[in-house]
Amino acid sequence: MQKSLYITSNGRLRRHENTLYFEMGAEKKAIDIENVEQIHIFGEVDLNTKALNYISQYGIVLHFYNYYGFYAGSFLPRKKNVSGDVVVRQALHYLDREKRLFLAYCFVESAVYHMMRNLRERKEAEAYLIAIEDEWEKGRFNISSISELMGLEGRIRNIYYQSFNQFLPEDFSMEKREKRPPTNPINALISFGNSLIYSHTLSQIYQTQLDPSISFLHEPSEKRFSLSLDISEIFKPLIVDTVIFKLLNNHQLELEHFDEDLNYCYLNQEGKKIFLKEFQSKLETTVRHRQLNRNVSYKGFIRLECYKLIKHFIGDQVYSPLKAWW
Amino acid sequence: MENSQEFQDLKFQAIKINYLYVCKRKLWLFSKNITFENKSDKVLLGRLLHEYSYPKEKSKEILIDNIITIDIMSDGSIREVKYSSKMKEADIMQVMYYLYYLKQKGVQKQGIINYPKEKRKEVLKLTPEYEEKVKQALKEIEEITTKSIPPPAQKQKICKSCAYFEFCWG
Repeated sequence: MQKSLYITSNGRLRRHENTLYFEMGAEKKAIDIENVEQIHIFGEVDLNTKALNYISQYGIVLHFYNYYGFYAGSFLPRKKNVSGDVVVRQALHYLDREKRLFLAYCFVESAVYHMMRNLRERKEAEAYLIAIEDEWEKGRFNISSISELMGLEGRIRNIYYQSFNQFLPEDFSMEKREKRPPTNPINALISFGNSLIYSHTLSQIYQTQLDPSISFLHEPSEKRFSLSLDISEIFKPLIVDTVIFKLLNNHQLELEHFDEDLNYCYLNQEGKKIFLKEFQSKLETTVRHRQLNRNVSYKGFIRLECYKLIKHFIGDQVYSPLKAWW
Repeated sequence: MENSQEFQDLKFQAIKINYLYVCKRKLWLFSKNITFENKSDKVLLGRLLHEYSYPKEKSKEILIDNIITIDIMSDGSIREVKYSSKMKEADIMQVMYYLYYLKQKGVQKQGIINYPKEKRKEVLKLTPEYEEKVKQALKEIEEITTKSIPPPAQKQKICKSCAYFEFCWG
């Protein structure tokens, strides 16, 4: 499998002859460039165009994160597999109100499904699960606009996040979800994980013919690569939240792994490393796919969602979002 | 000849002829630039085979008119190198297309398909029957690729090793 590389230290990415190295002072690490698909940079890293040109030859995507671990941006090499036909049809699905609403609904439906899936096994959260089910059943048939759908999704997400207090360690209780900036550890974790899933999804979209800037649930004007936000909705509860539950309930992450700075709360370097390790192993975990009869990793499922969208756009097969069956 | 309608119609990439016989859906997707071959191991193996087979040959990978690439060209023949003979008919038609194309340019050669891993080769001559078959194939490609939706996926044995497998069946 093509690997994701995470750089949490400070140093320099350098091309020397036909090898890419990461240098930390006197220490030098060769990078197996053939097998790298994406590099996530969390540390303070220098690199020059010589290195960038070399990286782009291999179609490797670079994702940058700031000091607090929030997504800053990506370097996407010139795309080789462009299909004007797919992009035009993708845009048609955005322009047609009904078609757009259908796709937006699919993303939310799958997200809600995975949120409920996360709560189903937890007795402590039963009341919240019922509340989400009620809200969803009541609301889902009365949606006539994207903003109504967004509203419904927001209400469900509120209940969902409130339920976390029932089964996460007390140190990590949360009054409400805060994004900018997150002021307590649990919000910091959710934000960090969501940044990661966003950039990983972008990497997968980049490997396909989809245009990452044409989105359906989110407004294309809202963020540069908003299709990545759309598809991330499906995988936030499925990947990010389960990683958080595991790390907190097993006490692998404790308060000591967080730093606070004015009104920011963020993971320190040690904390980031722990999170990234668990996150990556989740992405590589495989599940037997029923139709393919092959093992597919969580990362592979993100790619499959992209494929399903292409098939939807070209009129081959109606999109049906992932609902984890395992 | 260069400007005749018939010759204009020839301006297809030869891989489309090959795909016509392998999988019509793949042909359609390929024609819309929906390709997934860049990360496929099979494709990589094929590329390595091309690179390392017949190192003594000088004229390798000859690009003609920016349309067809001939693996190896020598005085009397053109040679196509293939990984396995599983898709024999498709391979034959691809070479027949090359021969037909060259004939339109006033060049007559015979074709050879090499299967170096199987230590086998196939020698081909462009007969009137094959000429007819090539023309028919070009028409069919036109018909398939101008459709607005792709032919539905149909499970074949070869699906398993196709770079599109996860796209079609996932």
